[in-house]
Amino acid sequence: MTDIALRDEMVSAAEPPSRAAVLKRLRLVDAVFHALTRSAAMAVLVLLGGVIVALISGSLLAFEKFGFGFVTTEVWNPVTEQFGAVAPIYGTLVTSIIAMLIAVPVGLMIALFLTELCPPLLRRPIGIAIELLAGIPSIIYGIWGLFVFAPFVQQYVQPPLIDAFGNVPILSSLFAGPPYGIGMLTAGLILAIMVLPFITSISRDVFDAVPPVLKEAAYGMGCTTWEVFRNVVLPYTRVGVIGGVMLGLGRALGETMAVTFVIGNAHRVSASLLAPSTTISASIANEFTEAVGDLYTSSLIALGLILFIITFIVLAAARYLLMRIERRIG
Amino acid sequence: MARAASSSLYARRRRRNSAMMGLGYLATLFGLGWLVLILSVLLWQGFSGLSLKVFTEMTPPPGSDGGLLNPIVGSLIMTVLAIAIGTPIGLMAGTYMAEYGRYAKLTSIVRFINDILLSAPSIVIGLFVYEVMVAPMGHFSGLAGAVALAIIVIPVVVRTTEDMLLLVPNTLREAAAALGLPRAYIVRRIAYRAARAGIITGVLLAIARISGETAPLLFTALNNQFWSTNLNAPMPSLPAVIFQFALSPYSDWQQLAWTGALLITVAVLALSIIARALSSSSKSS
Repeated sequence: MTDIALRDEMVSAAEPPSRAAVLKRLRLVDAVFHALTRSAAMAVLVLLGGVIVALISGSLLAFEKFGFGFVTTEVWNPVTEQFGAVAPIYGTLVTSIIAMLIAVPVGLMIALFLTELCPPLLRRPIGIAIELLAGIPSIIYGIWGLFVFAPFVQQYVQPPLIDAFGNVPILSSLFAGPPYGIGMLTAGLILAIMVLPFITSISRDVFDAVPPVLKEAAYGMGCTTWEVFRNVVLPYTRVGVIGGVMLGLGRALGETMAVTFVIGNAHRVSASLLAPSTTISASIANEFTEAVGDLYTSSLIALGLILFIITFIVLAAARYLLMRIERRIG
Repeated sequence: MARAASSSLYARRRRRNSAMMGLGYLATLFGLGWLVLILSVLLWQGFSGLSLKVFTEMTPPPGSDGGLLNPIVGSLIMTVLAIAIGTPIGLMAGTYMAEYGRYAKLTSIVRFINDILLSAPSIVIGLFVYEVMVAPMGHFSGLAGAVALAIIVIPVVVRTTEDMLLLVPNTLREAAAALGLPRAYIVRRIAYRAARAGIITGVLLAIARISGETAPLLFTALNNQFWSTNLNAPMPSLPAVIFQFALSPYSDWQQLAWTGALLITVAVLALSIIARALSSSSKSS
């Protein structure tokens, strides 16, 4: 301490700094730092704007050629340069719906287990383990899905489904065709595993935020744990849960690698969930580097734009709902 | 009579409750089961191909021996570069949101947009970088890959920096301000220091996030069968090699894909566990 003080004194003895100059320098540093941080914050906005502008300018050619018909045509033929987005959009929606149908109830039940049933000692480890599922990179799900899960589905899941629903009117068309292993069902199941941790961790957080008084009051009236969950916890946290579900949906819609491995990359719309199909992101991943011709590339970028618009709306809705519940909690 | 009815109602409610609680246990087992399944297959398949060669030899042509040295190095280069580009921007933006513009309109807009970028499909980021870098330059490059990854880093760092700076007690800032310290110094000398562990956690999480990213690399850095540290040329990366090798019909390529998958997973899980330990120790202290 004294050393520093002495050195400072020596310097100042050589040339006494004017107080005004020092203040001016400090103010300058502050102004520069302020401007720097502010422009970095702006950069985030510019980034989003840039993504939108780049996608629109890239897809202009496709939309000029096909017009609105791009989103209503099923044909996808690189040879005759006819492109329509119906098949990938359909595949994206169907796989995401399958994923949500499984992941939402299971995720909510895990969150119920973690908040109400789990012994306190195990709460953290189990919570972390479920979140590790979210940490596994999507390419790992892809390679696992291709070599392990798709053969398993082909052998043990699809044949019983075909047998069980083969003669039921409407359902038979959902489970028609040979069991390929790869296809929309398999992709949807893998997506379900991938979005499960997102739904679980957000629901757990909002369940934890329910005021204990509310739950205690219900228990005091003689409600069972399920009744408390169903009639007190869920209604109270509804907005947050829906936000978490939307966030998971946003993930499922945009997921690329895991789906690319197991979807089969076939540009057609089929009613059967067992049929190979394609999604927007899988089409782009599979075909972009091989796309010859500006129109082909532009059509793929147009697909990207559609995906971005869909996920943007879903994610914006999710964030809006979560912001509302955050404000209420506090 | 009434008593019997009420006791049967009670029994039904209890049955219903235990059925639902049973489902809760089942759902948790279901979730944990997938984790165990995926990790055990990965360990089994990955370890059987793990040897020193993996780290010392290049990716082979089909049918011959080789390793993953060039994609490992490529991934490291692009990850380091992406962190070097993305972290300062994210840190600055997070600083603005928590320090200078805590109540500004800009902050709430940036927070909203940033949260959307955080979960935006990464393949779209790849398309964006293709449009603004690869297409004008006329060729794929490692630099474009690093920029694509940096764009994924930014929202992660912004989010954690803002959250962690908001946790720093205001009394610390006020004490420093009372001593006459200008704002820029308060931020750097006081707030950053108090939030250091949390900010580092954010960077670690960002590294974990990008080290497994494949989609944005496919048409920015592309891939490369050979040794390349040239940032201006296509650069190999582990995820891209896994993608290519796993979908190939050659069994030795598929084996290398599993080994690469094991390497990535171990790295990612280790990073996220370290990050978690860091953030929990900083919260308790």
